[in-house]
Amino acid sequence: MRIRENRKTIIEKVWDQHIVFEPYEGLDLLYIDLHLIHEVTSPQAFNGLRERGLKVHRPDLTLATVDHSIPTTHRNLVLSDPEAKQQVDKIGKNCTEFGIPFYGIENERQGIVHVIGPELGLTQPGMTIVCGDSHTATHGAFGALAFGIGTTEVEQVLATQCLLAKKPKTFRIQIDGKLKMGVTSKDVILYLISQMGTAKGAGYVFEYCGSLIRSLSMEERMTICNMSIEAGAKAGMVSPDDVTFEYLIHRPFAPKGKKWEEWLSYWKSFTTDELASFDEEVHVDVSKLEPMITFGTNPSMGIGICKPIPDPSCFESSGDQQSLKQALEYMALETGKPLLGHPIDVVFIGSCTNSRLEDLKSAAKVLNGRKVNPRLRVFVVPGSMQVKKEAEREGLDRIFKEAGCDWREPGCSMCIAMNGDELNPGEYCVSTSNRNFEGRQGKGGRTFLASPFTAAACAVTGKITDVRTML
Amino acid sequence: MKPFENFKSRVVVFTRPNVDTDQIIPARFLKTTGKEGLGDKLFHDWRYNREGNPIFEFVLNSPATKEAKILLAGENFGCGSSREHAPWALIQFGFKAIISTSFADIFRQNALKNALLPIVVSTSDHVRIVEMVTQDPKMIVEVDLEKQKLTLSQKEYVEFPIDPFSKYCLTQGIDEIQYILEKEDRIREFEKSHRLLIDTRRSNN
Repeated sequence: MRIRENRKTIIEKVWDQHIVFEPYEGLDLLYIDLHLIHEVTSPQAFNGLRERGLKVHRPDLTLATVDHSIPTTHRNLVLSDPEAKQQVDKIGKNCTEFGIPFYGIENERQGIVHVIGPELGLTQPGMTIVCGDSHTATHGAFGALAFGIGTTEVEQVLATQCLLAKKPKTFRIQIDGKLKMGVTSKDVILYLISQMGTAKGAGYVFEYCGSLIRSLSMEERMTICNMSIEAGAKAGMVSPDDVTFEYLIHRPFAPKGKKWEEWLSYWKSFTTDELASFDEEVHVDVSKLEPMITFGTNPSMGIGICKPIPDPSCFESSGDQQSLKQALEYMALETGKPLLGHPIDVVFIGSCTNSRLEDLKSAAKVLNGRKVNPRLRVFVVPGSMQVKKEAEREGLDRIFKEAGCDWREPGCSMCIAMNGDELNPGEYCVSTSNRNFEGRQGKGGRTFLASPFTAAACAVTGKITDVRTML
Repeated sequence: MKPFENFKSRVVVFTRPNVDTDQIIPARFLKTTGKEGLGDKLFHDWRYNREGNPIFEFVLNSPATKEAKILLAGENFGCGSSREHAPWALIQFGFKAIISTSFADIFRQNALKNALLPIVVSTSDHVRIVEMVTQDPKMIVEVDLEKQKLTLSQKEYVEFPIDPFSKYCLTQGIDEIQYILEKEDRIREFEKSHRLLIDTRRSNN
């Protein structure tokens, strides 16, 4: 028994800590410590509660904000889109009716749900966190088990604070090495997904470990965990360490004084034991990694920025070959040709993947003293009101504006293109977001995913550019 | 929820791999606060041209598709966003089951919770079904959840897996929220000893 206790992964530790009981063979009733909600995937869940005459079981473990469908032009704007307005109004009303704290459009804590959870200190090691959004995996950077759920499950968690779930399989991803100049954690995760494909993670939770992960800041770790879903995994986690605790200590919802010490020792127990074994493992070295960019229509279609576009026949599975052919057709790109120098129309710097202060700083580093190509539209969309405030305090907004970028209000913006921030058909965009699916950034729009560094470099030249030539 | 009833139906073959939920229902249609009206938007950007007219060659626009309740899809179906609007749209269009070699996790969960049956078959069975339907587009397949069996012809059938709890809920018409609510005592008991720190209503500074 004791031996087994010493051989647990962080994934199992957090899971086991939250099992209410096993109501059905192979299925656990899992307790949820934090439920984040937003305007798009919650209204039908609240309707369900009303129809059943149910209350929210733990409003004190629930937090709402608006991010997906809100404009990023002006904060005091009356929403001109009647559907978006109805959705935004509805979440406010639902939160009032059910007693849920709500950071609405004019609140100084509003922001993308996966940006505000961590920055407020709500996201903590050892927690279970869910949200009706597949990028909930972001919070795993703190050693929380965090995953996206559908609206029926949102309703279940609102009503009971629990979910019925099968224990996931475990997958260790060890990443070692030191990143070269101009290469970031975004490039690391794009590389990993390009190696694993979009489905390899199905049924698993990832744990990212290794010397590279340990050397990263919390914001960089969040970028990696954020995109776990793009490899098919429900969640991605990092065992917490001093970097985690340092980040948390002065956050608004973090414990204070004596309580901090108590919780710190509890949090430290959520690391993978040395003797723990995983269902699957992979080991990569990123010392030689180049800046990455995607060329296709799913996040696994990524290459080093200096590489030519691959040939479909290089892929083993006929499914991948077919996907690649269709992708190149949609993107109007040719096998064997380089991406470098390919003209673009739009640059988007933002999203729950890359809209935090460090992301904006790295974009500003490239843009400082330079001008963006006047042919381009360049959006810089901070992840939250807090990020915006800090960026402005550091003068980043001035750098962006002087370079000719559009400095906007916080929201999901052109990552999901629900709010009017979108590409026109046929346009090419270098985007720091997480998905390059067909039409994701607007019907007919074409997306190249990359890091904030690369996006900023491309904004200056108006074409796909290796940022290392500009640093 | 009504218990899942076995059924027979024609099959629509659309085996494009890695179909993501942004294609099943594009994000701009997620501004609705209800669940209705999504069937017309299913695969919108593949089904309609820029002027909003149906693209004839797209399989879902074929008149024969109208009666089909089974979609034969490609691998990793439903990857990407967690939007439950995807299964809602598929159901409202008329589908009751989707056959594929693999599904993305969140999509599979969402589908099961709406009694849209995700049926996983082996690659060889998948190829066989595609072959049979291509040969005879009017072919009728019977879905038997109780026996976990797809009957392809008088002589041919394929068995499929499903987790026991989902099968129990679907065949008995069990509502999961109700099921969990019945365990409320256990939840309250758990809460007494579970370590919790945060209160979203009160921050420390």
